[in-house]
Amino acid sequence: MALRTLLTRKILANSPLGTLGFRGLQTFSLPDLPYDYGALEPAISGDIMQLHHQKHHQTYITNYNKALEQLDDAVAKGDAPAVVKLQSAIKFNGGGHVNHSIFWKNLAPVREGGGEPPKSSLGWAIDNHFGSLEVLIQKMNAEGAALQGSGWIWLGLDKELKRLVVETTANQDPLVTKGPNLVPLLGIDVWEHAYYLQYKNVRPDYLKNIWKVMNWKYASDVFDKECP
Amino acid sequence: MALRNLLIRKTLATPPLGILGFRSLKTFSLPDLPYDYGALEPAISGEIMQLHHQKHHQTYITNYNKALEQLDDAMSKGDASTIVKLQSAIKFNGGGHVNHSIFWKNLAPVREGGGEPPKGSLGWAIDNNFGSLEALIQEMNAEGAALQGSGWVWLGADKELKHLVVESTENQDPLVTKGPSLIPLLGIDVWEHAYYLQYKNVRPDYLKNIWKVMNWKYASDVYDKECPES
Repeated sequence: MALRTLLTRKILANSPLGTLGFRGLQTFSLPDLPYDYGALEPAISGDIMQLHHQKHHQTYITNYNKALEQLDDAVAKGDAPAVVKLQSAIKFNGGGHVNHSIFWKNLAPVREGGGEPPKSSLGWAIDNHFGSLEVLIQKMNAEGAALQGSGWIWLGLDKELKRLVVETTANQDPLVTKGPNLVPLLGIDVWEHAYYLQYKNVRPDYLKNIWKVMNWKYASDVFDKECP
Repeated sequence: MALRNLLIRKTLATPPLGILGFRSLKTFSLPDLPYDYGALEPAISGEIMQLHHQKHHQTYITNYNKALEQLDDAMSKGDASTIVKLQSAIKFNGGGHVNHSIFWKNLAPVREGGGEPPKGSLGWAIDNNFGSLEALIQEMNAEGAALQGSGWVWLGADKELKHLVVESTENQDPLVTKGPSLIPLLGIDVWEHAYYLQYKNVRPDYLKNIWKVMNWKYASDVYDKECPES
């Protein structure tokens, strides 16, 4: 009986229906950066990019996978307290993975368009909502500089209300925690690890310079897809 | 009339009773470190100590003073919504000042006793509450490493329940936000600025090494004062 159950589990482990209640568990791995570590200099140093990607992001993924396995086990056993207890690790590490995956795509070397202002629909939307790109940048920089502790500053799209928003989230909370209809277009990591080796305590200088490598093409693509 | 009021205000500006509703405002300045910036090496680099003191702590003080002036103004105008709005800046910057002021005293160069284990009543209390000093250190290091985002890990004394606790606080929240009877004996700053230049992402190494310069004498003094043997 045990052998038959084991066999059944292996066969059904990857089936999308999860028939008979067996779930497949998808774990995650570190996505490659679309550019070299040094390609965003001088805005963001190669040292920072390498540590940020290979150490920080990788750690979130490692710990997220560990939490997912524990969650899988607790769900299978019906262990509700364990399931609830794991939510903190899942939100923090899963959020860290989600946020950093977006972040790498938000940045691009200058010779690949990094820093080029948004055009067409996103460009118009920015002018409509904020008055100008400069005003948007100033607002994001002010909120980013004022953020207490660790977190992110976002340019988001409210899919339902069809308008752009600037929001901050604490620690590794993804933008969706601020509103279920919010889609992240651009996120700026303002954790100290994102800038300290280069900018020390002067977060405003980091914020000023990151726009030189901002990948507005990616943001535009996401915007066009969500607001055709 | 205006001149007479001005004269009265200046005269009455400082008495503790605040007669007629005039308050004085005390602002703060950066306390000196009791040791040179490089004196805690190799546990904590001189570069970190200097930035941490002259930039981070100074900025909390500057912004705390600014918030206090705005608070003073709002209070004299009876502007309740501004007073409430200022609480975030006051907690964050005031907390930053309070916490870092304790932190500098929590550390000492090795040749001035940094790293020497606690004796006397605090040493016994640690053994009673945690089993051993090693167990306490392990617990604080585990909590410090696991802290999500920015914050502090504390060894505290509960004045009322008369026992020691390990607590963490987020951002610049002082220990008292975890319980009104809690007295900070030792705090370890686990914000990335406290270790990143030297330890990079490896916060556990920073936590392992900081005990080599921990000023247990200060912690003992506070403990003896707040929890005297009866």
